[in-house]
Amino acid sequence: MKRRDFLHLTGMGIGAGILAQIPVLGKAIPLETPWHTVDVARKKELADIALEAARSKGATYTDVRIGRYLNQFVITREDKVQNVVNTESYGIGIRVLANGCWGFASTDDLSRDNIARTAALAVAIAKENSRLITTPVELAPQKGVGEVSWKAPIQRNAFEVPIKEKADLLLSVNDAALKGGANYIGSYLFLVNEQKYFASSDGSYIDQDIHRIWPTFDITKIDSATGKFERRSALSAPRGMGYEYLMPNEAEKIHGITTLYRNRYDMLEDARQGAAQLGQKMKAKSVEPGKYDLVLDPSHLWLTIHESVGHPTELDRVLGYEANFAGTSFLTLDKWESKKFNFGSPIVNIKADKKQPGSLGAVGYDDEGVPTQEWDLIKNGILVNYQAIRDQAHVIGLDHSQGCCYSQSWSDVQFQRMPNVSLQPGKQRMSPQDIIKNVERGIYIVGDGSFSIDQQRYNFQFGGQLFYEIKNGQITGMLKDVAYQSNTQEFWNSCKAIADERDYRLGGSFFDGKGQPEQVSAVSHGSSTARFNGVNVINTARKI
Amino acid sequence: MAILHKEATKALLQKVLSFSKADECEVSLRGTEGGNIRYARNAISTAGDISTLTLSVTSSFGKRSGTATINEFTDDALKRVVARSEELAKLAPENPEYMPLRGPAEFKDAPGYVEATANMTPDDRAEAVAKSINVAKEAKLEAAGFIENTTGFNAIMNSKGLFAYDTDTNVVFTITTRNSAGTGSGFAGRGFNDFRKLDTHEATRIAAMKANSSADAKAIEPGKYTVILEPIAATYMLENMFRGLDARNADEGRSFMSKPGGGNRIGEQLMDEKVTIYSDPFHPELPGPTWNRDGLPLEKTTWIDKGVVKNLAYSPYWAQKKGVQPVPMPSNIIMEGGTASLEELIKSTEKGILVSRLWYIRLVDAQTLLLTGLTRDGTFYIENGEIKYPVKNLRFNESPVIMLNNVEALGKTERSVSIESYRSFMIPPIKVRDFTFTSLSDAV
Repeated sequence: MKRRDFLHLTGMGIGAGILAQIPVLGKAIPLETPWHTVDVARKKELADIALEAARSKGATYTDVRIGRYLNQFVITREDKVQNVVNTESYGIGIRVLANGCWGFASTDDLSRDNIARTAALAVAIAKENSRLITTPVELAPQKGVGEVSWKAPIQRNAFEVPIKEKADLLLSVNDAALKGGANYIGSYLFLVNEQKYFASSDGSYIDQDIHRIWPTFDITKIDSATGKFERRSALSAPRGMGYEYLMPNEAEKIHGITTLYRNRYDMLEDARQGAAQLGQKMKAKSVEPGKYDLVLDPSHLWLTIHESVGHPTELDRVLGYEANFAGTSFLTLDKWESKKFNFGSPIVNIKADKKQPGSLGAVGYDDEGVPTQEWDLIKNGILVNYQAIRDQAHVIGLDHSQGCCYSQSWSDVQFQRMPNVSLQPGKQRMSPQDIIKNVERGIYIVGDGSFSIDQQRYNFQFGGQLFYEIKNGQITGMLKDVAYQSNTQEFWNSCKAIADERDYRLGGSFFDGKGQPEQVSAVSHGSSTARFNGVNVINTARKI
Repeated sequence: MAILHKEATKALLQKVLSFSKADECEVSLRGTEGGNIRYARNAISTAGDISTLTLSVTSSFGKRSGTATINEFTDDALKRVVARSEELAKLAPENPEYMPLRGPAEFKDAPGYVEATANMTPDDRAEAVAKSINVAKEAKLEAAGFIENTTGFNAIMNSKGLFAYDTDTNVVFTITTRNSAGTGSGFAGRGFNDFRKLDTHEATRIAAMKANSSADAKAIEPGKYTVILEPIAATYMLENMFRGLDARNADEGRSFMSKPGGGNRIGEQLMDEKVTIYSDPFHPELPGPTWNRDGLPLEKTTWIDKGVVKNLAYSPYWAQKKGVQPVPMPSNIIMEGGTASLEELIKSTEKGILVSRLWYIRLVDAQTLLLTGLTRDGTFYIENGEIKYPVKNLRFNESPVIMLNNVEALGKTERSVSIESYRSFMIPPIKVRDFTFTSLSDAV
């Protein structure tokens, strides 16, 4: 699903139309059969057919991805389960290098003859297109890793939880919100399981099992007298976890003006609080536009990190490969080469990472068979690195890929996608309350809302879910109609305080879109609460 | 295999239905075939051919339903997918909004299929791309572009005897050209059912002209300006409004179409009287599907008539609840225009801004449909009826509803494509006053 479609279906609360917008590809998952995986020996046999066929046709490099992708969506509104959808997609994607050019072909017919035909087609496409390239592809070396496997460290496979249990949870959430005074609620549970097998002519045979989960809701409350309405979305994060994420745990909660969640989410509590907060939001003061010091909770800040740090450090954007769609990047190579480009204030340290447990980006190996890593993007405020894959590593002088290659399915070609990109916690002991108490005139923002950024990632605007006015170190009440606008470099240079690691939490995007044809990927962004001084806030109230 | 003819489709769907044990069963089939080329830095980066065929089965027992999909078509697989949908239906709670399936109906043929597009080959795509790259190279610019053609068919059949089938073709082309200094960028986008109407040379020439003329833009103060939105820009802005033409959300009080105090805005003068918006699947320039998934025929429907809200979409459930006839969501959108050319709109402007394209539009407030986004790939200052100089890109915060209240003039309606959904629309260039820009962007 394209990110845009998903935002539309949750954002506009269109309910019954929801299924029409989810691309349901592949076959239904048999309920009566256990969640078996395809035998590894069988996958190796199929992969070897493709590797050999491509080699014999003239490929100088080949990788093969055999994927079984399972999705389950449970969709409810108010007292109704609108639908339960199970999908399965199984097939093979073959990528080759021939005459220095990439070729790709995929098929869901896994007969020996057809795999060989598909491999030959990939080579033919590469040879055909090699006439229209300017420089041959240069791959960073990657030694074969032999036959290995990696499994996401989940505790309870969400696909094995009975549908009734999931539906009952969502209906209880809806009931809690309605009892709390909401007029409408849609609640959703999205589950993904990628069973991916990768083989390459480098001698790698990698079997991986990846799980993702996203519980979320959208509550609406209406003042029938004025016709005004307010909305509140869930403060959950999509995670690379099993159903354990939905098992509430006091130790994983941060109690404050609203409850915030670390590695376990209490969906019922959040819905109850959300409904009550909508009552406060309706009575809240409309914000006075101007400069404010912003205190941003991780449930909000993840999206600002994603858009203003994650995307501009993608090397394919920097080089121009996304110019016709997502855009390019203001973080041009000369800024990196200078070793002194002042991206943010000295306390800003931002890491790229593909290993963090429970994150959306965590895998053992990327979709080019490269073992995953962790590295600095911004160190003490200075731009020090990008996100690269095998055919880009040489551009930034690396002798290895950073393992950022991903494809949304076996049927699409893999390309450079964002790893987890996270703001490192402050080094001094500091809580969000410590930050707030030093703010004279500010706004504390919780939850992600509207977002928009230009095609080179300079100018952005973000909304949120909950806005609290801070006066002389105290939260004095709720505000509404808040959005802030800034320039990426100015914003990160205005970062003056970051809470310590006790406050560190992950947020993330389940459906980050990029590429043509567009592919989605899932990525986490961690941070602790942080303070940004003197940011321009606008008032978004209008009248029609 | 991906594109099945009508009779073959009918036979396949009848076979699927014959396996059903449910009270009601609906089966649908969607197949697509097509290919794409992506290029950047004046060279092809990726290319592919894609073919999909997916069967979806929804089974219902009373008010319980379940859906399962499959992409295998052996008898065993078909039996399995029916059985799975029945199993899911039995597990699902009752849906009080369940609507019984509709019986047989006649639908007019959809005019959106063009043989020339269906016959496109990888060579045709490569040739179209080569023409585009040549224009960019001659203009000493760097091209990044994408071409994709799709041939598809849709069919539904249900246990009450309804059957509908249609085919369509589409080709979409987008091109961005940038100068080597990174100070100028231009774009063009095209979408057609008929590949023969696509001229990648001409589109790239326009993108190149925009790239060269947008270089070294000046900063201007954000604020309220008279703005001329070219059709590509207007399409992206208005697409966000077209999605909201739904009666239920409006009646529930959570849409810009909600009437304060209850009900919806049908009958209300919501926009300037120059604004008329309708849908018509038989429009010769923008053919669309003639039936929808509810088994309802799609006919010409006026949504906004001289600024007055005439219709909102009613799903079968909501129509029954409100005691009205169902009104399907539109399958295309046509906004009536005027007779002026873009040049004439510019000529009649004392002071204003010409916007070539908009980018990253997101909803800020559902109540007023306030949107934010930015200009991109060519923004120009107009004074005394002439383009004076390029200006830096600007962020806007504006509602299309407010914007359509402030219409000064409309140009000739033309076929245009959304730069995010790639759907085609018929939209004129639109000149509006008091369009709100809230900040400057350094992006090119």
